[in-house]
Amino acid sequence: MNLVENFPALVVIVPLISAVLIPPAGRISKAFAWYIAVTASALSFAISGFLLNSVLKTGRISYWFGNWEPPWGIEYAVDYLNGFVLVVVSFIAFVVSVYAKKSVEDEIPENKITFFYSAYMLLVTGLLGIIITADIFNLYVFIEISSLSGYTLIASGRRKAALVASYNYLILGTVAATFILLGIGHLYMVTGTLNMADLAERLPQLYHSKVVLTAFAFFTVGLSLKLALFPLHIWMPNAYTYAPSAVSAILAATGTKVGAYALLRIMFTVFKLDFDIHVVPFTKIMLVLSSVAIIMGSVLAVAQTNIKRMLAYSSVGQIGYIVLGASLAGETAMAGSLLHILNHALMKGTLFLAVGAMVYRTGIEDISELRGMGRKMPLTMAAFTIGAFSMIGVPLTVGFVSKWYIALGALETGMWYFVPVILISSLLTAVYFWRIIENIYFKSAEHAGQVFEAPAGMLVPTLLMAGLCIFFGTAASLPVSVAQKAAKMLLAGVM
Amino acid sequence: MDTVYSALPVYVISVSLIAVVLVGISGRNPNVREFWTIAASLIKFSLVASMLPMVLDGKVIEYTLLTVFPGLDIKFRVDALGIFFATTASFLWILTSFYSIGYVRALKEHAQTRYFMCFAVAMSATMGVAFSANLLTMFIFYEILTLCTFPLVAHKETPEAIKGGRTYLTYLLGTSLAFLLFAVVLTYSTAHRLDFSAQGILEGKGSDVLITVIFILFMAGITKAAMMPLHSWLPAAMVAPTPVSALLHAVAVVKTGVFVVVKVVLHVFGIKLLSELGLGTALAYYASFTIITASVIALKQDNLKLRLAYSTVSQLSYVILGVALLTPSGITGSIMHILLHAFGKITLFFVAGAIYVATHKTNVSELDGIGRQMPFTMAAFTAGALSMIGIPPFGGFLSKWYLAMGTVEANQLPLLVVIAASTILNACYFLPIVYRAFFKGSEVKRISEAPAFMVVPLVLTAVGTLILFFMPSLFLDLSKMVVASITGGV
Repeated sequence: MNLVENFPALVVIVPLISAVLIPPAGRISKAFAWYIAVTASALSFAISGFLLNSVLKTGRISYWFGNWEPPWGIEYAVDYLNGFVLVVVSFIAFVVSVYAKKSVEDEIPENKITFFYSAYMLLVTGLLGIIITADIFNLYVFIEISSLSGYTLIASGRRKAALVASYNYLILGTVAATFILLGIGHLYMVTGTLNMADLAERLPQLYHSKVVLTAFAFFTVGLSLKLALFPLHIWMPNAYTYAPSAVSAILAATGTKVGAYALLRIMFTVFKLDFDIHVVPFTKIMLVLSSVAIIMGSVLAVAQTNIKRMLAYSSVGQIGYIVLGASLAGETAMAGSLLHILNHALMKGTLFLAVGAMVYRTGIEDISELRGMGRKMPLTMAAFTIGAFSMIGVPLTVGFVSKWYIALGALETGMWYFVPVILISSLLTAVYFWRIIENIYFKSAEHAGQVFEAPAGMLVPTLLMAGLCIFFGTAASLPVSVAQKAAKMLLAGVM
Repeated sequence: MDTVYSALPVYVISVSLIAVVLVGISGRNPNVREFWTIAASLIKFSLVASMLPMVLDGKVIEYTLLTVFPGLDIKFRVDALGIFFATTASFLWILTSFYSIGYVRALKEHAQTRYFMCFAVAMSATMGVAFSANLLTMFIFYEILTLCTFPLVAHKETPEAIKGGRTYLTYLLGTSLAFLLFAVVLTYSTAHRLDFSAQGILEGKGSDVLITVIFILFMAGITKAAMMPLHSWLPAAMVAPTPVSALLHAVAVVKTGVFVVVKVVLHVFGIKLLSELGLGTALAYYASFTIITASVIALKQDNLKLRLAYSTVSQLSYVILGVALLTPSGITGSIMHILLHAFGKITLFFVAGAIYVATHKTNVSELDGIGRQMPFTMAAFTAGALSMIGIPPFGGFLSKWYLAMGTVEANQLPLLVVIAASTILNACYFLPIVYRAFFKGSEVKRISEAPAFMVVPLVLTAVGTLILFFMPSLFLDLSKMVVASITGGV
């Protein structure tokens, strides 16, 4: 077997090996840790890009671990859906790893920096593994890998509160993981298989079994907790607020997206829409929950004074969009939902990176203290503004494209009443971001300070992400076409 | 209709964007900075004027800038209606630029660089709306216009200015996100396209109820047209420096609002669809409510700029009334009123600013005898006021004439009464100012006008109202072309 054929495995194994390599390499020289992390995540990104490209050309790729044929062996599979998500997540992981250097030096005690990068790469391993695996137990394993490394990373924040936040997340995350494991166990009990495609084939005959129903309930609650769907979001605001900047950025941009991906996989591939029609109207339930998430996330964000916490609540709302688009169960809305995985990753990434750069320079996290920031850090604040406009959904930014598709999808499926939900939340988003924009541009600081931009290592990734918010907002044809293919595939229930 | 593919509209829009950069980097040298503003306004106007012959020749200029995703383009299309509006706005920008220089320097305003930069962006956005070929492009520039004028409204950065700015933003951004965008999405999902077409794009595409809902959402969302009850942002915006009130809140921003209403009525719904559903008549009566009520409120205002603002609210609804009549004369009157109200109202605002700079007076009750102190300024005011009332030989008469004809054509005599009543109200709130200025108060010591930079532009716009009465042919031709393209079935 040549190298290219092994790419589906390598996309996960490269970061995994790097996580192991970092601690010994870090003993030789501290500088190695960062270089290895950046190289490994860059490699993962390159491989993901290659995989997506070949999926677009030749269709689904199936990789059999140890050449054991599924359903007996573990299968990795790349199709339109996870090829797309792989690229998004590995890209963000790469950008954040570049960015991490300066902010980690600032926020993490020196003797822990190598372990930080090791945990970071484990997190990336877990996230990429969740996406690529076609085996439901393997999925659980990767969820645990990403969660455990996530707890570690959050706990490495400077303040004591980071420990509490991490501990809360650990408790809830463990509940979630246990639920998911229980769901897997129940399914295995009645079907005797763990392969997703195989499950999808066998489950329809068993839809009315109580065991399957129980499994579905466990999955729904467990995954909703992981992706922080309102009202199961309570672990998130503290975790994002107290985690180091780089960790907040990658968790906000990719962590919850991966949860959303797993939810889509279980609901639309392992279970199919027939289950929704004949057994449990879960899309209806999800529609209600996600609408509440969208509105409540935005309302709570308006009430925040800490900028990182505000962004966290805004994520609660944005995750609602992803779930809403998917639950409308129409092709356009589903495409919008998948686009939002990319778009929200870009814009929330931009915002967290910009805030991280600001915290690095000034230590300010309170919204009212941001006066005159636009003069002091013009480029960082410009990136922040672009991210904010994207969140509001201003046209020519990415936020508009996905909201447009979700709204259009709502009309197509005849559920027009979700359009006002989207619009109201856009308005609320405008309210909470405008407070900040007004502070940074239209209120002058007490001391007319000089310009002190973030260091290039932080500034360049931030500006790159902001640039992509504009780029994919003005030339969205490529992601739209991939998302539409993936949406079609998901709704047809094929893998 | 011939179509010419040319990037000219993009150049028109980008001229002032380039100027933004140049103004920004030459902020330390005010004379160079002002040179860029003036140069940009002149170039912009000449570019717009260079497209005029083609449009008068019956051609349409199109240019697709980019495709956001399949089915949604950022596209420009210069037709008679667009060039009409663009010519008006870009011409008045030249005069306002001179006036602004006089104003900010006389008052030693802070943040002048930001002021000129935002002004230039606002003009780009206005041109963008004028030349947009579809609802999405229009929506984008409409929003840009809101955002870039916020710093101008909140310019003084005092608590009142910030508060006014917030009101401004809440109304304009809020309604456009909540209603206008909703309407655009509904239009797309109903008609599967967003481009403007001479016959409208919604006919036969949806149920009557749906069409009515979309129509109401559009009218509620285009708050820049300041139809009651969503008009309060306009008086709130009067905290802005006067040149801003003059060009933006008498011409660019508010005219963008009514321009979009005209566009939506004619080119999204189409007159046939609206008259079948009776929505045109409904809108006309709704607009006449605003016309009368705003005029009555204007009567009570002592602050000169507020009085002018309420007068604008009332006058904007003339434009809406005219197009809502859905008859040739009504539409002609409506389009002509965009131009004629612009010239009249900008003169009045210029005067308000000149008075403020020369005497620091803002209230009508303080203006006794000001006409003898500032004869040129107040003569211009008189011309502007007479034009607003609609007395020949001032331009305002023309549009009122066409509007009145339109009401007769549409067989809606009550609306003719509305126009007559509003004319009387106009006279009631403008003429006392003229009377105070010239016939009340004590003998004045000496003539003390505002700087020439301010007085010359306001005299020119006042003369403009006269010239437009005698030589309206260019603009009349353009508005007749609009009418012909709708009724002639091109």
